[in-house]
Amino acid sequence: MSNADVAYLRREPAEVLPAPSFARGPAAWLRENLFGTAWSSMLTILSALFLIWVTPELISYLFTNAVWSGTGETCRETGVGACWAFIGRNMPFFIYGSYPQVHRWRVDLWMAIGAVLIAWLLWPNAPKRSIGAVLFLVVFPILTFVLLYGVSNEPNTLLEKVPTNLWGGVFVSLLVSVVGIVFSLPAGVLLALGRRSKLPIVKLFSVMFIEFVRGVPLITVLFMANTMLPLFVPEQYSPDRLLRPLIGVALFSAAYMAEVVRGGLQAMPKGQFEGAMALGLNYSKMMRLIVLPQALTMVIPGIVNTFIGLFKDTTLVAIVGIYDFLRAVETRRLDPEWAGPTISTTGYVFAALFYFLFCWGMSRYSLYMERKLAAGKRR
Amino acid sequence: MASIGIVLATFLGFSIGVARLSSNWIVAKLAMIYVEMIRNIPLLLQLLFWYNAVLKPLPNPRQSIALPVISLGMPEVLPTVLAVAAFAVGWFLYRRARTGVESTATMIASTGGSVLMAVAVLGWLGYGGLFRFAGQAGVFLNNRGLIFPDPTVQPGFEAVLAALALGVVGAIAFRWWARKRQAETGQQAPVGLVALGLIVVLPLLVFLAMGRPISLTYPELKGFNYQGGLQVYPEFVALLLGLVTYTAGFIAEIVRAGILAVSKGQTEAAHAVGLRPGPTLKLVVIPQAMRVIIPPLTSQYLNLTKNSSLAVFIGYPDLVQIFTGTVLNQTGQAVEVVAITMLVYLTISLTTAGFMNWYNARKALVER
Repeated sequence: MSNADVAYLRREPAEVLPAPSFARGPAAWLRENLFGTAWSSMLTILSALFLIWVTPELISYLFTNAVWSGTGETCRETGVGACWAFIGRNMPFFIYGSYPQVHRWRVDLWMAIGAVLIAWLLWPNAPKRSIGAVLFLVVFPILTFVLLYGVSNEPNTLLEKVPTNLWGGVFVSLLVSVVGIVFSLPAGVLLALGRRSKLPIVKLFSVMFIEFVRGVPLITVLFMANTMLPLFVPEQYSPDRLLRPLIGVALFSAAYMAEVVRGGLQAMPKGQFEGAMALGLNYSKMMRLIVLPQALTMVIPGIVNTFIGLFKDTTLVAIVGIYDFLRAVETRRLDPEWAGPTISTTGYVFAALFYFLFCWGMSRYSLYMERKLAAGKRR
Repeated sequence: MASIGIVLATFLGFSIGVARLSSNWIVAKLAMIYVEMIRNIPLLLQLLFWYNAVLKPLPNPRQSIALPVISLGMPEVLPTVLAVAAFAVGWFLYRRARTGVESTATMIASTGGSVLMAVAVLGWLGYGGLFRFAGQAGVFLNNRGLIFPDPTVQPGFEAVLAALALGVVGAIAFRWWARKRQAETGQQAPVGLVALGLIVVLPLLVFLAMGRPISLTYPELKGFNYQGGLQVYPEFVALLLGLVTYTAGFIAEIVRAGILAVSKGQTEAAHAVGLRPGPTLKLVVIPQAMRVIIPPLTSQYLNLTKNSSLAVFIGYPDLVQIFTGTVLNQTGQAVEVVAITMLVYLTISLTTAGFMNWYNARKALVER
């Protein structure tokens, strides 16, 4: 093909233009992300106006105008912001409820031990995590009973019994969620296996239990546990008033956990089951050694999501008269000594901060684990 | 309750989900902050906040806040002319700069053009006189709730309803005709525009032609409270606000995940066969995203229904409150009452689940 056949042919290279100075750096970033099109510019201007309006108000309410120390009187002055003095003054009540002053070290010790054990379990490179698991799942519940409830009937002893109607605040919230978490995972695994079982009665029971519990609100389950559990057992064995909602929460979260675990089991390739069977493993060994480790790893995000939901749901135990953290805030918010226009908001903001930190921490941890576990799959 | 909540939460959730994926950095970040905050705080806390910290401290009826009501008016001439001129300049700059070779000057011009267009539109909306604040509007907010005028239907309203029905039927018929024609000849028809005209504009015209056959009864302050008008109780407002904002946070994440789940190759392929961004979204991305979105959306709807039982904490007389409060007190039959409550929720849940499963099956990928 000769050059004459081509309609247009460039003889010399195109003139080299200087790179636009606007192509990188902050100006380019602004253009790319904030003012790319008219629509985008409009959104940017509106959002910026919104932020300019909201941010100073928030800062002055939460920090500069807030009352950091003082009494209810200081917080009632007009124009002041959040009343952090109220939080500081009531902090012991928010943490321990009405737990007797002299025994509060037991709660502190319990929380410290729990924190150490959980950190041990959560830190992926920690040594001897199996020991930690045994401690957390077996020893810790016993320790909880001994430390928090007490063993001695005589007054003024080291581990004197503290009736549960004095319990309250943050540690009850943590207790309810820890019990829910510890119980729901094994129970959920059993229910999920039951749902996929070939035995008709086991399967029917699991399906009915899961679908029933998932179909009703937690409040009604708590009501049910509160009013009906005492009817089913002889009077002297009637469960403690704190134990009833604990059972309710545990059953409730077990049903949700079962569905998450079932998702993991269904996602397992059939070859894994067949491979295990070909090796001559029986059902329990196949599940324990081959299937469950992989299935559970796969659904870690789902499990953590259930935990987060469970932690948020612990606020509902207030309906059956348990003084969890939110209920403690609710009670003190109405304290006439501190009555003021900003008290409610302050209390709620503080409570929100507490729940946010825990839930957000859990979700970040789940993201981190996901990335870590996916490392093997990435090529 | 739950049905209103579901509709509102779906709208809010879809908007926020899309906003999280927006190429506009500030909008995406704001949406992210919203989602993270809402999802990590217990719903009960949010409900209590709305009820006790926002709605309860409102002033009493005598000092209630009169909300400005915005009505449409004829735009004023000078701002309109200015805005149109600014928009035109902006458009010119933007188009010119986008067609040429990129250089520093064109980049500044295109950015400046887009900002100028945005300022023109916003300025016109803000100062153009399109919106009028009606002073004596009759919408009041106080610690007894939200009070607004009560519309009463006057004779002649039947015509508006008839026009609406006609519009709906016409729109469906047009859609059917357009589909048939597209299947036969490949020509497309503007179904959305025609439907909008038939369903919204036609009844509106009839409404105006019949001389606005709706009269409003304005609430009046008599004694300690308002007489006349419709009143929404603060418990209801708090419950609705709390449930909608909470569920929307979750729906937003589902929508985002659904859109991200459609692989980039699909968008690129659609662009490669010559589809513009709009049709790409409508014909390629959204149908596939919906498949991913629907199953988790179902469980969010169920959650919303079940979460509405938290109304009991702020004293809104919902199902749980009536059953386990009033009925239980009257009868003392704890087991039966709780069982009936659970049964009602179970029925609602299973019905919703059944419907959504049917919808899901309709939308699902048909495989061999």
